[in-house]
Amino acid sequence: MAEKPASRWWIAPAAAGVAFLAGLPLLLSAYTVSLLISVLAYASLATSWAFFSGTTRYISLATAAFVGIGTYTVALLSDHLPLAVVLAIAHMIGFVIALGVGLSTLRLSGIYFVIFTFGLTELIKQLVIWFEINQTKTLARYIFVNASGTLIYELLLATATIVIAGVWWLSRSRVGYALRVIGEDEMVARHSGIDTTRVKVLVFAATSAVMSMVGAVLSLRYTYVDPNIAFNSLVSFQVLIMALLGGIGRPWGPALGAVPLVLLSELLSGTFPHHFGIALGICFVVIVFFLPGGVMGLVDRWSAWLPRSALRRRKES
Amino acid sequence: MTAGPLLAIQGLSKSFGGLQAVRDFDLDVPERSIVGLIGPNGSGKTTVLNLVTGEIAADGGSVRLDGREILGRPAFRVCRARIARTFQLVRVLPGMTTRENVLIGRLFGSAPATPEHARKEIDALLDRVGLSDLADQTGAQLTYIDQKRVELARALATQPRLLLLDEWLAGLNPRELQIGIELIRRIRDEGMTIVMIEHVMEAIRALCDHVVVMSAGGLIAAGAPDSVLNDPEVARVYLGDDDA
Repeated sequence: MAEKPASRWWIAPAAAGVAFLAGLPLLLSAYTVSLLISVLAYASLATSWAFFSGTTRYISLATAAFVGIGTYTVALLSDHLPLAVVLAIAHMIGFVIALGVGLSTLRLSGIYFVIFTFGLTELIKQLVIWFEINQTKTLARYIFVNASGTLIYELLLATATIVIAGVWWLSRSRVGYALRVIGEDEMVARHSGIDTTRVKVLVFAATSAVMSMVGAVLSLRYTYVDPNIAFNSLVSFQVLIMALLGGIGRPWGPALGAVPLVLLSELLSGTFPHHFGIALGICFVVIVFFLPGGVMGLVDRWSAWLPRSALRRRKES
Repeated sequence: MTAGPLLAIQGLSKSFGGLQAVRDFDLDVPERSIVGLIGPNGSGKTTVLNLVTGEIAADGGSVRLDGREILGRPAFRVCRARIARTFQLVRVLPGMTTRENVLIGRLFGSAPATPEHARKEIDALLDRVGLSDLADQTGAQLTYIDQKRVELARALATQPRLLLLDEWLAGLNPRELQIGIELIRRIRDEGMTIVMIEHVMEAIRALCDHVVVMSAGGLIAAGAPDSVLNDPEVARVYLGDDDA
């Protein structure tokens, strides 16, 4: 008997949704588009982060490092090369550096990997500072790229769409299974025929390359950049919290987590610019205590509970 | 069918610091046979399995599967060379369903398949080991014997020629033990070659064609189960001098 083909009913509505989002800048103010740019950037970052770290449980705090690499690639090359080429180079540099980092660190497990990735951001930042001071005799750069808010929005929408669709597709493939097995029990993974080093290094590199791409596109918003802006460790924690808030078990969960935190950030940075850190800390505590599976976990629990309670009501009536 | 043994181990050695865990160990495993590997705790049995399957690196020796050297290969390559194993402490993946636990063996084993192609085969395999009704339960929800079945099914899903069982029958109650013995016998009858580390002598007598005994990292006796189990030296290493 032939297997029933998987249902694809949602593809048309999803494509319509993306088309609608692509047209939004025509309807919205520049401020709202700018807000959506942050949402799309963080949705891409959180989805990429969760695909590797959420699944394998190798918790990476190197997101800021790869975002910064993208930002600095634009700062260094945008005067000399066309934008498309610069973005492609940022993507490639992120991939190659992550490949080297992955090969040397993914044998580390648990807390050692977390600490190394956290230190990586600071290490790269210090290297950039050293390079700028000693080689170029400057510590800041101006970015003169003529990119409108709409262009940045459309680039990030394309990135987010590709990332979420790619993660959805890969999650159902052998790569997705391999990552899950590595997260559950790496010894079982090895003895089931999974080349764990290869899978970990390649997925870490691919997701880090996306982070560099996002950093590169986001940098088009700036006119001025220095190493402290480009390599901001807070980004690594924000992305982690967004992924946990949305729920890391589903391809679209982490992206969902980006929306409330970006809005909260915007609200607080406008009204209480110095309290965002406190709000972030409270969010983290609330998520860990009350939403261990994230919003998607809550949806799963509710959707399991609703049919049961409906059944109970029917029996009682 | 091979002319020589399917698995040939020669001079296998491994030290951990000052402790010689495995010392100049030899073993031949003919195709379609069950070889029992017994010995007191700490005698080096699991270390032999870990060396053969690439989990740890050997200090010296040779391990040949069907004439080809496999010592020094990483674990995933040993699996793809068609050697599968279970673990002394049962290792199911708690967050994955029974079907998924077994499916991964088929997805990444010696003849990797896509998830779509592997699913029907896995359902047949689950039926073979008595797990059909539990296919959608997670590993964490399963009883001990069912977790052991999952581990065995996952090993079989990799399509091995040689199956290494590390105390697979330990901790089962008498009824479960009989079911377990019957299952292993059936797998052997279907053409599998098996090496089993075991402390349950009833199972050794019922299943093994050949038994080797390890003590302090070395081989001290080998032969048919009845003669080996009646060997005074074997009784001495198991029970101590006074009881032997």
